[in-house]
Amino acid sequence: MSAITSPLFKDNARAALADRQLQRALSEVPLALAARRGAARAGLPEFEALREIGRDIKNHTLAHLDLYLEEFERKATAAGSTVHFAPTAEDARQIIADICRSAGARVVTKGKSMISEEIGLNACLEAAGVEVAETDLGEYLIQLRGETPSHIIAPAIHLTQDQVEADFRRLHTGLAADRQLVEPSQLVAEARQILRSRFLAADVGITGANFLIAETGSSVIVTNEGNGDLTQSLPKVHIVLASIEKMVPTLEDVSTLVRLLARSATGQEISTYTTFSTGPRRAGDPDGPQACHVVILDNGRSELLGTEFREVLRCIRCGACMNHCPVYTAIGGHAYGWVYPGPIGSVLTPALIGVRKAGHLPNASTFCGRCEEVCPMKIPLPGLMRHWREEEFAAGGTPLTYRLGLAVWAAAAKRPRLYHALVRILMPVLATLGRRAGVFRRLPVARGWTRHRDFAAPQGRTFQAQWAEHKAGVPR
Amino acid sequence: MTTPAGRRESVIAKIRLGLGANDSAARRAEVAERLARPTAQLVPERAKQPADERRRQLRTYLEGQSATFIEVENANDVPTAVGRYLRSANLPLRVRVGDDPYLSQLAWQSEPALERAHGDDEVGLSRAAAAVAETGTLVMASGADNPVTLNYLPETHIVVVEEGSLVGGYEEAWERIRARFGRRAMPRTVNFVSGPSRTADIGGQLVMGAHGPRRLCVILVRS
Repeated sequence: MSAITSPLFKDNARAALADRQLQRALSEVPLALAARRGAARAGLPEFEALREIGRDIKNHTLAHLDLYLEEFERKATAAGSTVHFAPTAEDARQIIADICRSAGARVVTKGKSMISEEIGLNACLEAAGVEVAETDLGEYLIQLRGETPSHIIAPAIHLTQDQVEADFRRLHTGLAADRQLVEPSQLVAEARQILRSRFLAADVGITGANFLIAETGSSVIVTNEGNGDLTQSLPKVHIVLASIEKMVPTLEDVSTLVRLLARSATGQEISTYTTFSTGPRRAGDPDGPQACHVVILDNGRSELLGTEFREVLRCIRCGACMNHCPVYTAIGGHAYGWVYPGPIGSVLTPALIGVRKAGHLPNASTFCGRCEEVCPMKIPLPGLMRHWREEEFAAGGTPLTYRLGLAVWAAAAKRPRLYHALVRILMPVLATLGRRAGVFRRLPVARGWTRHRDFAAPQGRTFQAQWAEHKAGVPR
Repeated sequence: MTTPAGRRESVIAKIRLGLGANDSAARRAEVAERLARPTAQLVPERAKQPADERRRQLRTYLEGQSATFIEVENANDVPTAVGRYLRSANLPLRVRVGDDPYLSQLAWQSEPALERAHGDDEVGLSRAAAAVAETGTLVMASGADNPVTLNYLPETHIVVVEEGSLVGGYEEAWERIRARFGRRAMPRTVNFVSGPSRTADIGGQLVMGAHGPRRLCVILVRS
């Protein structure tokens, strides 16, 4: 597993806000993705109705997940695939390392897979002496730097073009010093050339899966680059790594989800390539892998099925929640400290690594609700974050000052007379003190707030008092 | 729990435990029914247009996705259209093809300079199993006729679509695949292709030709 820095979220966030390079990278791309999603949604009048259907498809599948997995296994096996079940990350690593070993693999190409990050696959394969080549351009860029993805669909969203050029000049030995790398197209051409040689050298290709289809035993990948297709078509062995919740019943069901996925992710009508793979090459096929393995990972997900967090298993990993999140767009993905950033990460990460380590994440939300508004699967992300806050509080993870503050507030709020008496005294005092500026630049008990923004001064009278007057017919 | 069977049982058992569900006949029947009779759900209006509009959609979406779109009257115009496209793009008159009988029977004598080969080449030529109007998407079925690598290895990919295989939405395309390969069956790969390969991973700027073809040319045959 990649190193977990979620417990240091506050420090991470502070550093991210001060990182000018990162702020420059974050200033455009997430907003552009969000704007394109809006346009794509406007272009398909049935979009909102499709979200409801998509949610229902996933709910139905999750409620019958054991049976659909068995059906998938039966159909995939009949098509010539070997299906492996991996209860834990360690199981999945071992299964994949064994397949690579028996294939005598020296070079492995990989399509983009967040689950492979979750289980720390690359480190495991490299320790076994295998060269691992990430082929999604963004994944390749961060692999060069020894970094992890900072966005689930745009893993190198935190990098600027200048950084990419500097990395290529530093690490692509054999690159002539006078070679022009000014335009993005020149950088892409350079990466294409390097990676084409890896595609042709690979013994095993590993891809993730956006969906698994029970009807036909197929796995589905969605890309714009075509890297996943070269990864799975050229080597002699193809390994699909998928988690249990990628299951969908039929090709019709996938069609609905495909209509939602790219529009929510990048604002495209559909991604350039959507590939449905079913087993190894057939008799007479001149290309395609000779063997195909599907590794189905649980890693704690089955434990969510009986809880309110089941809803998070509907996620189709489009990234819309992070593109629309005021927290993510301010600090980027790395600050979240593990594999899954943004609102979906704030809900999923505590489930996978524990709320003790990831407690800051569900707290880092203004509950503005945009994530839930744009989620194609209608996952109630703010509500689920609130659940985590409760669990964290119950587990004693909430800091003492916070608990004390809550206790004082709760003591007053539970006694309406006392509460009203207190605010009737406090409001006019604050109103008088803050009258000149209209805001407080500093408040002794709320320094955490006023360090970054002003606190609006109250107007003088409480809502309750105004409401009582309104009801009594007193003119304002 | 290290045997494959043990791991399988463990995952399935934990899912049943989490769901509080058992292996009941009623649950099995519901799943069997859904798989036996796959049902189209909400098909958008744009996927239900008449033939003329479908042609217009295919062109509009493909061109919007940076593909070249050419319409020809009949199959024997294809070789000339291929030759003209290659010359206009300054590409060698040599294409890589599979064993597709429709493509091999075209009137290639009208383009005597155009070579067809099976090796590695800059230009691939294949025939779509179907095309979907709703997003300008080609549906490629892999096999000896149209090898999957033809869609990804060449720098330029030319795809022939017969108008009879142009459908409105994805669901109709699946019906075509089922009619050809059988129910609950698929070729090794079905590739939905909706434009040339692209990436926006460097500074969010769109560049064509990330790993797959830099150019996609679609030739629609009217009859």
